[in-house]
Order: sequence, then structure tokens, then C-alpha cells
Amino acid sequence: MNSWIILGATSGMARPFIRRLAESGAQLFLAGRRMEELEALAADCRLRGAPKAEVMAFDARDPANYAALIDRFVQEEGTLNAAVFAGSMPEQAQIDATPELIEGVIADSFTGPATFLQMLVPEMETRGAGTVMGIASVAGDRGRLGNYVYGAAKAAFATYLSGLRNRAGRKGVHVITVKPGPVDTPMTQGMKMPFMTTPDAVADDLMRAIEKKRNVVYTARIWQVIMTVIRLIPEPVFKKLSI
Amino acid sequence: MIWTQTDYAGWGRALRASGEVARPESRADLAALSNAPAMGMRRSYGDAALNSGGRAVDMSRFDRLLGFDAETGLLEVEAGARIGDIATAFAPRGWMPAVMPGTGFATVGGCIGQDVHGKNHHNAGSFGQHVAEVTLLQNGVEATATPGSALFEATMGGLGQTGLITCATLQMKRCKGDLMLVTERRANDWDEHLALLDGSTASYTVGWIDATARGADMGRGIVEEGENGAGLMKRRRGAHRVPMDAPHFALAKPVVRAFNWAYFHRVPAHGRTLVRPLEAFFFPLDKIHDWNRLYGQRGFHQFQCVVPLGAAAALKAMLAEIAGSGLASPLAVLKRMGPGRAGYLSFPMEGYTLAIDFPNRTEARVLIKRLEAMTAEAGGRLYFAKDSLAEGAAIRAMYPDLEKWQAEVAKADPQGALATDLVRRLHLRTA
Repeated sequence: MNSWIILGATSGMARPFIRRLAESGAQLFLAGRRMEELEALAADCRLRGAPKAEVMAFDARDPANYAALIDRFVQEEGTLNAAVFAGSMPEQAQIDATPELIEGVIADSFTGPATFLQMLVPEMETRGAGTVMGIASVAGDRGRLGNYVYGAAKAAFATYLSGLRNRAGRKGVHVITVKPGPVDTPMTQGMKMPFMTTPDAVADDLMRAIEKKRNVVYTARIWQVIMTVIRLIPEPVFKKLSI
Repeated sequence: MIWTQTDYAGWGRALRASGEVARPESRADLAALSNAPAMGMRRSYGDAALNSGGRAVDMSRFDRLLGFDAETGLLEVEAGARIGDIATAFAPRGWMPAVMPGTGFATVGGCIGQDVHGKNHHNAGSFGQHVAEVTLLQNGVEATATPGSALFEATMGGLGQTGLITCATLQMKRCKGDLMLVTERRANDWDEHLALLDGSTASYTVGWIDATARGADMGRGIVEEGENGAGLMKRRRGAHRVPMDAPHFALAKPVVRAFNWAYFHRVPAHGRTLVRPLEAFFFPLDKIHDWNRLYGQRGFHQFQCVVPLGAAAALKAMLAEIAGSGLASPLAVLKRMGPGRAGYLSFPMEGYTLAIDFPNRTEARVLIKRLEAMTAEAGGRLYFAKDSLAEGAAIRAMYPDLEKWQAEVAKADPQGALATDLVRRLHLRTA
């Protein structure tokens, strides 16, 4: 039996992916903060074919309750898998006004998920199988004027995932780093952004990445090219740009 | 709720709108909405989903399945759920929507608002006839409607004017599985085509018509008959996408003629039977995302009418006009409809329905006007889901229950907050 725990399951990007897991017959553990939304999503998943869909209260900023969630999850037999959609992106201007917000951004996007995975992965390694999928961001590939605190948190998470892949891959656990460009979700609503993709298209890419055991995935694909170019811009030039 | 200034269009892309759009994903989001017309995946061709200058609610992310009773087959869903997703999720378990339109991207709310029909209309009736309950948000207050009530009949095919459709309970029908056994037969001319449609006893029947064929070949096409079945079949995953607006000549006359010739002759003269995935039979174009871009930036119009059984000759005359014009696209469908309809403004009537796409050009608009007049003369009816060119008085006269609908709509939305571009263009609520 294949079981998935999803951190940040109510995120707009996660919904179509979770449904594809449900249709594939996976058991689902949906973790997040908005319980009513999680319950509705769990019911939806059961109707789409998930043999089990349970909800879990998860707050990235409250590591004290991680252990209980993991204890519950590892009771499932078979292959354990984890996907991390948790994260938050306040406007950079908001952070400029209230620098203390940085702590929350880092906790939601990096320290929380990393701590959780650090506690869960040993059991996956013991079983010698499973997939960890972490949602990083193209914003983490280079610090930009518009959202460099969010970018820094995602960069940290991506670096963490890279190391985790190096470690867990030796024991049969595959780690996938996903770097989405702009996706049409509530998080980006009202923003005008280029090469915007949809949660449905992202879900297709994620399912393919799992099947093909990809390591790092950009979605939409074009962002791999764009970010390669952006990373190559020399710093003296880049620091004057507003892209 | 965030309202975003958005440019959007009907599926035909000939009619467009600009205005603020909100896209709720949860019940909490819904509660925070102001009163505005709803839209789904915008698969109506004209302006049924548009509200120029005003606000509109995009329901496409309010799309969860809420509950299913495996004894009765009653499925409760949010209005943004897509009909194709429901079919894909349930067909392997022996249930499918009782009526499905030609695209799986249509939402449940849209199927209700247009009281859509499918390839089984001749024996299953319209979509609304399989709705057990619908939940509406009327000026922030929840109301439910069940079959038999005036509110229900005003809501089925009611163009979203009786309230924002939030949830519905659908009566699903049992099926064997997610495959279709499809028999394709050539119809060599108009008479043969009608005879095959009239004589069909299949659950699902539809005719593709070569609207470029003239003379002795006029009316030729392929009649497809489908029966549901179970089994194993390798499915091709993924979809193609039309990456940009096609140039004008992509659907020029010689291209369409050549395509139609090949499409007709791909079926052997003695016909054939094959097994197809359910989605491929019901939603043949869904594999090509954004196929509407094939018509280029100017977009296209779809003309769809239904005429009474006795007026088949009038339909043949329309086809002669179309074939003579050389303006038709390969997408042309002929079907025999049954009498089933669920609401005051439902499109179906017992007879023959013809649907054809035309690129958005002056000659085509002139031709469509002519076809509309011929429809009226034949005692037929035009379809709000497709219309973008009709005259208000002419199309209103085709809907004898319009006044009953208007009375319910006036009660449900006295401020007129749910009016859309289509409703205003055709003066449906005010005339």
C-alpha cells in the first residue's frame, strides 16, 4: 500500500496533485491548518478513489506537534511518501515594514518542513522505499528585488532537499525538488506574471517526476531555461536590474 | 475575496469582456462574495458567461465532490466540478453522469445553466432531468430547488439568473465501465444520414456531417453509435495544446475540404466497430487544449439550431446554403433529439439539431443571420450556449415559456445583479 502525507494540503497548487494520488489509489494524510477545508478535500479524495483520506492539524510554526503526526503516519504499512506544499509569501513591502515577519516565512517554507522531514525520513529509510517531494521555487534561484526573503527561504529548502537526496538516496528514498514558476493560485491572484502555469499542469509534471524519479523539476519547463539565464547574469549587472 | 481586473472571452473568442473576477475555492470564500453572475470553464461559445464592465465569479475552483450514495447513485458536487472529471472518477466504479455534453471541461453549474444535452438526448433527455437538487446563493442567502418547483424549472437552462449555483445533487446512472463500443457508418448523402439517425436504437448516437460536400454528396457524413462497456485498454495520457493563434488560412476552404474528405473516407465503406476510451467518445476535442485558437485571433461562431421532425427539409435547405458558401469548418454535427427538457429556457425539442462552426468573418456572420431566419421560419430554436449573433425579438419568440422564467428571475434577483452580456444583448429579462 502506498501512503502519502501532504503538508500544506489546502494550498491551491496541491489540490489537483492530491486528486491524482487519490485516483491512483494511494492512502492520503492531509495536513494543514484549515480543518474544515481539509475535511472537504478528504471527502473529495475518498470519492475519487482514495481508500483512506485522513486529516491532520499541522502548523509549520509549531514543531511540538510534529511527532504525534509522524507517529500516526508510520503506523501505515507499505511505502511511505511525503509532499511539502507548505509555505507563505507575504509582500516584500510588508516585510520591509515589519522585519519580524521573516521568522514566520522561514518557518513556513524552510525550518518547519525540514524539521518534519528530518524526523520522518529515518523511518522511510528503514523501509528502503518512498518519495519525498518538496516544493521550492524559482524565486530561490536568485535573490530578487521583489521577493528575496521568500526566495531565501525557498533557496534554503532547496539546498536542504539536495542534501537529503544525497543522503536518503543511498537507502532507497528518492527526493524530488520542485521549482515552480508562477502558478495560477490564490497566492498569486491579482499579480501579472509571465509564463504562468496552472495547478493542473503542475500536477501532471509532478506525477511524471515521481514516475521517472526526476531529481529537480521546473514547472512550467520554460523556467529552467529562464532561470539558467538569470543565474548567469553577472552580479554587477544583476544588482541594477528589477526583474 | 480578491477581485482581479481580467480580460476574458467566450469559447468562440469572438465576444469578449473586461471586468473584475473573483475565484472562490472554499465555502468561506463564497460567503465573502458580492452578488455577481457566475461562470465556469467558459465553454459557452458566445457571451453567456460574460459580464462586461461588471463583476463575475469564476467558479472553476469550487469543484469538490461532496458525497455519493452507492445505493441510489446520487452524487453531491460543488458547481465548479467538471463533468469529465466526474466521469473519469466514477466510470471504473460503475457509475457515470446520465447526460454529458461534448466537452468534459463543462462544469456542473454550466451544464445546469444551459440545461445541456448529449449524444443520448433521444433516450435520456437533458442534463437538468437528472438533477435531484440544486443549491443557489440568492443575494447571499442560500436557497434549494427541487424538480417540480418553478424555481427549479427557471434554474435549469436558466442562464444563471436565479442565483449563483453553488452545489447540485446529480442522479448518476449505472454503467459497465469506462470503455465505449463504437460503431461508425458512412452516410453517403442527406437522406441516408437522416435514415441512419432515425433508425438508430443505440444508447448514444451522433452524426458528423461534411458541411462542404455539395450536389449528390450533400449531407454525407459518419454516424457514430456508442454503447458502454468494460474491459482493459491502454490509455494515452496527456494532451496536446494549441500554442498560439493560428493564421487565417489554417481553416481555408481547400484545407477543410481535404480534411473532411479524409475524415469521411477513414471509415471503411462497410463501416467498422471499435473500442474507445470513454473520454475519447464523449469528449473528442478535449485532447487538444485551446483548440479554439485554431480559428485565429478573430475567433469563431457556432451556429446551432433544432427544428421539429417535420421540418427536416428546412434543415436540408440550411445545409445547402452552408455547403454553397464554402465557409464551414470541419466541426459539424447532426443529431436527432428527443423531447426531453428540464426548464423554461431549455433548448431541446423533438427534432433534428445541427451545429456548425464558422470563422468570425463578415460573410459568415451574414450566413448565420440567414440561417437564424430559416430556423425561425421552420419553427425551430437557437441555443443560448452557442449564440452570439441572434436578434432579441427573434430568439425570444422561440422560447414560449420566457414569461414564466422572467417571473421567477424577477423574484430571485430583483436588482438584476446577475445579468450577463447575453441577457442584456437579447433583452431576455426586460422584454
